[in-house]
Amino acid sequence: MALKIVKGSIDRMFDKNLQDLVRGIRNHKEDEAKYISTCIDEIKQELKQDNIAVKANAVCKLTYLQMLGYDVSWAAFNIVEVMSSSKFTYKVSCSQLQLQSVDAVLITTIINSVSLPLVTQDLSSPNQYDTGVALTGLSCFVTPDLARDLASDIMTLMSHTKPYIRKKAVLIMYKVFLKYPESLRPAFPRLKEKLEDPDPGVQSAAVNVICELARRNPKNYLSLAPLFFKLMTSSTNNWVLIKIIKLFGALTPLEPRLGKKLIEPLTNLIHRALDLLYGMVSKKNLMEIVKKLMLHVDKAEGTTYRDELLTKIIDICSQSNYQYITNFEWYISILVELTRLEGTRHGHLIASQMLDVAIRVKAIRVFAVAQMATLLDNGHLLTGNMQRNGICEVLYAAAWICGEFSEHLEDPMQTLEAMLRPKVATLPGHIQAVYVQNAAKLFATVLRKQEGTTDSLAAQETSQLLIDRLPLFVQSANLEVQERASCILQLVKYIQKLQQKEVEVAEEVTALFAGELNPVAPKAQKKVPVPDGLDLDAWINEPPSESESEDEKPKAIFTKEEPKHTRPRHTEVDEKELARRREARKQEQANNPFYIKTSPSSQKVYQDQPGVEHIPVVQIDLSVPLKVPGMPMSDQYLKLEEERRQKERSERKKKEKKKKREKHGRGRRADSGPESEEDITPAHHVDIVTEEMPEVCWVLLQWPLTDNEKLPVRTHRPAEAVKSPVEAGNGESATPEPKKKKEKKKDKERKVDLSSLTVYLTLFFSHIVYDVQGNLQDGSQVVVSVIFENKTDHFLKSMEFNVLDSLNSKLQRPEGSSPHDGLAVPFQLPPGVSNEARFVFSVQSIVMPQKLKGTLTFIVKTEDASTHEKLDFKLHFTCTSYLITTPCYSDAYAKLLESGELKSSSLKLEGVIMPFHHLLARICFHHHFSVVERIDSCASMYSRSIQGHHVCLLVKTVSTQRVPCLEWMSSILESTR
Amino acid sequence: MRFMLLFSRQGKLRLQKWYTATAERDKKKMVRELMQVVLARKPKMCSFLEWRDLKIVYKRYASLYFCCAVEEQDNELITLEVIHRFVELLDKYFGSVCELDIIFNFEKAYFILDEFLMGGEIQDTSKKSVLKAIEQADLLQEVYDYF
Repeated sequence: MALKIVKGSIDRMFDKNLQDLVRGIRNHKEDEAKYISTCIDEIKQELKQDNIAVKANAVCKLTYLQMLGYDVSWAAFNIVEVMSSSKFTYKVSCSQLQLQSVDAVLITTIINSVSLPLVTQDLSSPNQYDTGVALTGLSCFVTPDLARDLASDIMTLMSHTKPYIRKKAVLIMYKVFLKYPESLRPAFPRLKEKLEDPDPGVQSAAVNVICELARRNPKNYLSLAPLFFKLMTSSTNNWVLIKIIKLFGALTPLEPRLGKKLIEPLTNLIHRALDLLYGMVSKKNLMEIVKKLMLHVDKAEGTTYRDELLTKIIDICSQSNYQYITNFEWYISILVELTRLEGTRHGHLIASQMLDVAIRVKAIRVFAVAQMATLLDNGHLLTGNMQRNGICEVLYAAAWICGEFSEHLEDPMQTLEAMLRPKVATLPGHIQAVYVQNAAKLFATVLRKQEGTTDSLAAQETSQLLIDRLPLFVQSANLEVQERASCILQLVKYIQKLQQKEVEVAEEVTALFAGELNPVAPKAQKKVPVPDGLDLDAWINEPPSESESEDEKPKAIFTKEEPKHTRPRHTEVDEKELARRREARKQEQANNPFYIKTSPSSQKVYQDQPGVEHIPVVQIDLSVPLKVPGMPMSDQYLKLEEERRQKERSERKKKEKKKKREKHGRGRRADSGPESEEDITPAHHVDIVTEEMPEVCWVLLQWPLTDNEKLPVRTHRPAEAVKSPVEAGNGESATPEPKKKKEKKKDKERKVDLSSLTVYLTLFFSHIVYDVQGNLQDGSQVVVSVIFENKTDHFLKSMEFNVLDSLNSKLQRPEGSSPHDGLAVPFQLPPGVSNEARFVFSVQSIVMPQKLKGTLTFIVKTEDASTHEKLDFKLHFTCTSYLITTPCYSDAYAKLLESGELKSSSLKLEGVIMPFHHLLARICFHHHFSVVERIDSCASMYSRSIQGHHVCLLVKTVSTQRVPCLEWMSSILESTR
Repeated sequence: MRFMLLFSRQGKLRLQKWYTATAERDKKKMVRELMQVVLARKPKMCSFLEWRDLKIVYKRYASLYFCCAVEEQDNELITLEVIHRFVELLDKYFGSVCELDIIFNFEKAYFILDEFLMGGEIQDTSKKSVLKAIEQADLLQEVYDYF
């Protein structure tokens, strides 16, 4: 080979270009050094030539050799010489070379003396690429001297017409600033201009430079923050965004206000990153990732961001049925650690995870129960602060787990005691209910343990504990708690009796809670086969025939007048159609000037009083760490897991070695380096319930859906007779008003819903009139305005109004007063004077009439003495009391009737002799209906309940008999509020 | 960025770009040392390592290692992104680039790098505009060569 080259003539030697050199070097792998030394000799020859092209070729080759690590500083002068040529290629290679040799003292001096004019000459070259190359070259060998001399030239280039040059000039300024900081001040305004350059390349270069500068001294760049903020929100270039965010990272410590502004755009970016994380996890890295996220949770300042992180952690861990979790003890500890977060909204999420894991991973129960017991024991830490009420949801899960799996508890007595602390009564009702129920389960477990040790006294003491503590819950305002507590209290009392007779009861008590609750998949119902002979599509009763309504005589008449009402009621409307109609109705309501729109008015209310969101929430810096003593830290699991894997791996290796020994020589085994996903065996087995499920459980799923979805619809009730005027004392005659009503409702069986609203209370000496009105703002409140009129000749004072609450309706009393306290009427009544007082009642169900008994106590002051008097009365809440007069357009009304969602019924009243228009007026006034349309002696009316039920009423007089026939329809449509 | 090196699995340097003035001897020493460190690493190991007072970010494409040295405050991920962007540019320019392309057309590779990075900072994030500049320069060179 070498021979071949040596053989080559001198001409050929000249011809050898860069390509040949490279090829040659590749062909001389064995004696590379020798070959290169010959080449260098050749190059030296070439450099001595006069021909610039030959020289340039030589320099090209030198660049390559120099890259390979050969010293070419001896050729520096020639390089500069070639660089001064006008040919572009030569310049490119020279600028390449320059940077490599800049260190040599010789070169520096040469550059300073010779290349300076060259470079400046290039800088003002008309060709943008020449200038570009000069700038690129310069960027690599800027010296303080060069920087000083060229700064002004480069500054001019920063406003070159070509963006190509501008961006290079901007970038090189960074190097110049570093070497010659004095240039920064004069150049800065121009640099700032470049931030808003129309060319994105120049813009990003400017951002780059300023960000790098700002990292060194952020204070000087604070004034640019608004500009960068604008760029950040408008720029779509990720590279630029990253730089800007880094810049803000340097700026925020100096300007705290900036942090707040940045939260929104940054959280958007962080969300994207978190979403990525979701897809990134594997069995191997899950613990690490969650650990990192937990660190962020600890550091996070905003509650929203922290909540976001929390949900992400849970999302990541629970994805695809906990596929990536290998150690559930670790996960439970993570969940327990998360409960220490202040003010999170996601208590229920953590709770549901705890329940899910504890139910499905059998092996974890012992551990979970121990953790939950500690949590219950420290429950006061979670409930102590009202701001943290979201988190108390986890106590729900804790109590349930401790109760359900109480056999795993180490000290059930202690947990039982913790669950019955008086402080528990401050928890939300649904949690208390779980506490009470699970206290009973725990009680069963405790009894069993105690009876086993023949210590009957201890067992009796336990019963006594329950008997002592449960009454607190019996008094609870929450029905569920009350009911459960009183049931269990009675049970325990009975048990105590048996215990006193020395009867062993533990077995029987335990039997109360026997059987395990199994997890059920959401789609489990599908698995249940339909029994033979059951046709789910068949009608149970014959469908009402469509002609049925026509059979009735009044209907026939009615048809003529308003044909639209005879449309089949069971029109099949699909969801889409319904939605469309609903939308259309809303639209119409919005355009209807007579329609009282609920939303704006409620908004107005909010405007007046500052909303909850506007109340500044002060972050309380708790100096005491919220670490619950005795709880494990999730970190230790990370270590444990590592160790476990290590152990598994080494075991596997051992096995492999054994195998190797056995099958010696049978080919290489796979390298047991980094383990694959499948190799990691989970420490616990998860009951993965997706499609497969225990089939016994299907019954649980069969609850009728409709009951949950719809409120009971009002139908005719054979109601108890209304004693309309409530009379007390000696019972002066009632005013004629209710009497008329009575006439109208001779048929006592049907008159409930039409009963009078306004009942006159005629008293011994005073006169009370009341009116019940629904509260528009709150669907569960009614306001009762009572007019007290003093008909006596005496002065009345210290009036106290009290109503015996029913389950459904309660008088709203000021906080802190007991449910039996009366409300003071805020005025006194001189003789003959009347005044009005308002009382608010909270109502749960509005589809049933209510009667409340009450008493009014007052002091009668006569000339010589004052006596304490009492007056009993009844308040009657009829269903129509909850209606609110709402005008309705006939089109909307028709749509409502068409929708098929209304249930209907009708009744006939006889003996009503008042004119039809009077009747309508009465219905409108007393029952809050509005007339939609009236044709002759027939009228359709409409009203709405405070909970958004629609009530349509049709009144007509059968001409011959002059009997109004009432037909009403009501339904629940989704409330617009 | 302090410098960028391209070297093969056999430890042959294919490209080097220094953004700070360094003595020739130091350069050689650093290159040798760094190549040893990087080549000894297993494929599943992290692409980032701390070396002297610098952070090294490297990535292997086929038999070629792209290796960047950045300062401590710099972000490794964006450096990795820079490497990848450079590879994409090479790939676009050469059309499914291979090591030989870079060996024989190393001056082009340098030129692409110069158009993309300048003084160790990103000059243009747009692939299109970088390639356009290179095309223009190529054209210019051809024109000169012709005359």
